[in-house]
Amino acid sequence: MVPAVLATLLLLVPLVAMVAAADWQALPGHLTSPAAIDALRLSLVTSTVAIVFCLLLGLPLAWLLARVDFRGRGAVRALVTVPLVLPPVVAGVALRSAFGRSGVIGGPLLEWTGFAFPFTTYGVVLAHVFVSMPFVVIAIEGALRSADPRYDEAAATLGATRWTTFRRVTVPLALPGVVAGTVLGWARSLGEFGATITFNGNYPGTTQTMPTLIYVTRQSDQAAAISLSLLMLLVSVGILVALRDHWLGTP
Amino acid sequence: MSAAPARPLVADLRVADRVDAAFTAEPGEVLAVIGPNGAGKSSLLHAVAGLVDVEGSARLGDTDLLTLPVRERRIGLVFQGQLLFPHLSAVDNVAFGLRSRGEGRARAEAVARDWLERFGIADLADRKPRELSGGQAQRVAIARALATEPDVLLLDEPFTGLDVSVQMALRIELGRHLRDFPGIALLVTHDAIDALTLADKVLVLDEGRVAQVGPPAEVAAEPRTPHVARLVGLNLVPDGDDLMAFTPDAVVVSLQEPEGSTRLRWHGPIATLAPHGDAVRLLVHASPDLLADLTPAAATELELVPGREVWLSAKATAVSRYAARR
Repeated sequence: MVPAVLATLLLLVPLVAMVAAADWQALPGHLTSPAAIDALRLSLVTSTVAIVFCLLLGLPLAWLLARVDFRGRGAVRALVTVPLVLPPVVAGVALRSAFGRSGVIGGPLLEWTGFAFPFTTYGVVLAHVFVSMPFVVIAIEGALRSADPRYDEAAATLGATRWTTFRRVTVPLALPGVVAGTVLGWARSLGEFGATITFNGNYPGTTQTMPTLIYVTRQSDQAAAISLSLLMLLVSVGILVALRDHWLGTP
Repeated sequence: MSAAPARPLVADLRVADRVDAAFTAEPGEVLAVIGPNGAGKSSLLHAVAGLVDVEGSARLGDTDLLTLPVRERRIGLVFQGQLLFPHLSAVDNVAFGLRSRGEGRARAEAVARDWLERFGIADLADRKPRELSGGQAQRVAIARALATEPDVLLLDEPFTGLDVSVQMALRIELGRHLRDFPGIALLVTHDAIDALTLADKVLVLDEGRVAQVGPPAEVAAEPRTPHVARLVGLNLVPDGDDLMAFTPDAVVVSLQEPEGSTRLRWHGPIATLAPHGDAVRLLVHASPDLLADLTPAAATELELVPGREVWLSAKATAVSRYAARR
């Protein structure tokens, strides 16, 4: 009983304390400062673009993992979960090694095209895709696994190609999982800090997202950092409310 | 889409551990596949559809269906349990096959509505499958399979799980659609009524092999497997290379061993005893199991109860005798 209460308090008190410490008078000003608006816009844009890429790449991968029995499937599935447990800062270092200006892919890329990911908005999206992909793939794979494959067979007997079946039957039937994975991935991306700042630094307007802005603001202006944090808290709670039918409510 | 050309289906199918069966079906013909559970009936259908691994061939004219991918086989499969797409309305379910085969949305939907109309459920077009009763959903499932005008229509236990009254109505309705259907229909069923009312030809499957093929009346009159005999309510007794079939009401029940030299007598305990129409029907554990009908008065007089040993005999004139294998 006591540990349970302690656990609940441990989760609750910091959030309540943060709300209590908010300077409500100054809050509108904090949230409408040019730096805040830039960071918020960048966060929304990069997270959204990242989740689109996660879906484009992750949906087929989830389908493959759920429906096709290929050699090395277990290894691929394990690989997909790595970013979940990898410290984000390590993800940033790893991305540097691959896509940095002298990285395995980044080096040749820079040589041939003159383009490099680090310290650009593209780099932010890349880091977001890396950390969010597992959420999308795992949630969708789970949904595809629980969907009855006989519906796919029914579609095939009606003359549907694999692609038509995927588009018109498989994905719609797995839609709750797809939505859950998308929202979770988007939320993870929105809160992404370690990999982003390690890979891209912290340039206002190009790589400074909300979490990095909060981090640097806190060093000079605690009240502004709290205001920005409240906004992120609001978004998080909003996501929970949106997903409550999926995980909460039904124990 | 063009109407199915008149080509017979000549099949020789082998599904590992399940089916080893050869059969033919003519265009416009309804071939009922009957047999006990586990005889391989569904496997046979799924083999034609391409949903299980199969060896052999299934020639439709010059084409071997087994060499084609599922979606190119021009088959319509009505699944056990329907498998209507739960996220699509009735009309979209029926239109699915047409759309998959390249028909435009408007045209596909018009054809689909027309099919729903033919099944008398046009008013349910916009309902989702979960909002349909069992009989309605089955009509949608059959319409969905027929809408693509398949060469071969495969029906897997289409009446299973429906109320008896719904079954009868749907059976009559399906019979009408099957008469108009120019292609080949394979109907898997465990119900003798389906085979007798809907089929032009009956294929009896037993442990994956073809035990008997013939017109329904012939199969019903001279069954070659105990399963079919039971389905049509006949006693079936092997006798050398012959089989003997006789109706339960041709059986005489007595407590003493019948006199005379007839070989047509058996002995065993009563397993069950139940009303059957105006009569009382006994199931007797003789070798083999036999059915006997007698009047309630006679049953009372003989004091028949389950477990009681009785003698059964049949008049030779009431027994039909035929070769076990043809």
